[in-house]
Amino acid sequence: MQYLVSVIVGTDDHATSDEMSNIDEFNSGLRADGHWVFAGGLGSPTTATVIDGRDGAAILTDGPFVETKEWLSGFWIIEAEDLDVALKLAAAGSQACNRRVEVRPFL
Amino acid sequence: MSPGDVGEAITRAHHEEWARVVAALARQFGDLDVAEEATAEAFAVAVQRWPDEGAPPNPGGWLTTTARRKALDRVRREKKRDDKEAAAQMMYDAPPDAVGPVDDERLRLIFTCCHPALAPEARVALTLRMVGGLTVPEIARAFLVQDTAMSQRITRAKGKIKTARIPYRVPSEEDLPGRVSGVLAVLYLVFNEGYLASGPDTDPVRHELTAEAIRLTRLVRDLMPHDGEVAGLLALMLLTEARRPARVSASGELVTLDEQDRGAWDAGMIAEGHRLVRERLATGQPPGRYQVLAAINAVHTSAAEVQATDWSQIVALYDQLVRLDPSPIVALNRAVAIGELDGPEVALAIVGRLRDDLDGYHAYSATRADMLRRLGRTEEARAAYDRAIALAGNTAETAYLTRRRDQLG
Repeated sequence: MQYLVSVIVGTDDHATSDEMSNIDEFNSGLRADGHWVFAGGLGSPTTATVIDGRDGAAILTDGPFVETKEWLSGFWIIEAEDLDVALKLAAAGSQACNRRVEVRPFL
Repeated sequence: MSPGDVGEAITRAHHEEWARVVAALARQFGDLDVAEEATAEAFAVAVQRWPDEGAPPNPGGWLTTTARRKALDRVRREKKRDDKEAAAQMMYDAPPDAVGPVDDERLRLIFTCCHPALAPEARVALTLRMVGGLTVPEIARAFLVQDTAMSQRITRAKGKIKTARIPYRVPSEEDLPGRVSGVLAVLYLVFNEGYLASGPDTDPVRHELTAEAIRLTRLVRDLMPHDGEVAGLLALMLLTEARRPARVSASGELVTLDEQDRGAWDAGMIAEGHRLVRERLATGQPPGRYQVLAAINAVHTSAAEVQATDWSQIVALYDQLVRLDPSPIVALNRAVAIGELDGPEVALAIVGRLRDDLDGYHAYSATRADMLRRLGRTEEARAAYDRAIALAGNTAETAYLTRRRDQLG
């Protein structure tokens, strides 16, 4: 079972070096214990482009599809046998990156 | 077998077997929805057939077999599910008994229904439905929401359990204390909603909820007999429920502890509550919040008349409670006890310091009103009663506060 762990932020502040090293350590743990699938940081919503290709020719729009006060700054995809395991990992991830996270199951 | 006997057999089976059947099926099929529906169907078949055929010698076995058959029918009907999901389902079912510190099917069910990833109101609703066997309309009525809204709440929670894979098991030893306290919080919430029902048009006490909360807490105690807080919560509920007959007057007004007819208290429940409190004291282990609350209620219910109440003991227990639970509401209740020991003036000063935290809470104004009245500060008392009446949600409480205010003269 895979879960998406999204990192929620309300400012553009980058991770501090302390936070980065905590995240690295957390990621090593994920790999060692077989929970690692993928992870990455995202550019801010101002760098987003919305594409509508439904009618053939793609129409491009600058900016995120919806303006919000909080957005995703990065995510993990983890492998966990159930939500209890995923929640524990997410709690450790939240502590490592020093930000709130949201957990959602993949279908 | 007379119709009355059959009716009684079905009611008893419903009380004793519902949770067991749901739990067994949830385990087997890995799906609460299937388990719930099949169990309800099995009871419907019982209602239809037992009057003619008589209740079976082993009602639990009969109900489980019938429910299992219904569940298999449904799973076959839905076999069109794609292979991927079927494979995932198989894997979910596969892990054999990961035996936790306590093992009972019903306990798994309770922990799943009270999972912290579910909204608190969903935990309450799901527990009453899955473990208590209450119908959705019954739960909706108890919490004053529309049937459809309650049904959605339960459906949504079941959907989350399934899709996010909230595990169906008793938590590991290290997680157990936190998770047990989550379960107890749900049961206490059910009890309190019954004991101090809110809403202008509801009965002041909803006995079906208090009774159900006690029944479910007894079940948890049977399953975890050595947990002090489980015993404490059961004792607290019993010692509170015991006073119910004296708590609301014939005219529907709240009767405060000092004015209650103590002869109307339920002696059996009090004896059981006291026994539980003594049992916990005898262990010598430091008590948790529910155990201290139960002890406070044990002191109250030990006094044959209000004058005989050991207030210094109660204040000492509140001191202990404040250390465990430094909430302003506990501080308010402690102030009430101090008012009895050291007089209203001392207590009023303590209450005054809680204003920022409790200004919108009716009991804060009601407590102030009572102390101001005892101090003869009539106008201030009147204003405090007005505010308490405006904030109180319970009909019996409103009636009591109104009379007290109108008696100020």
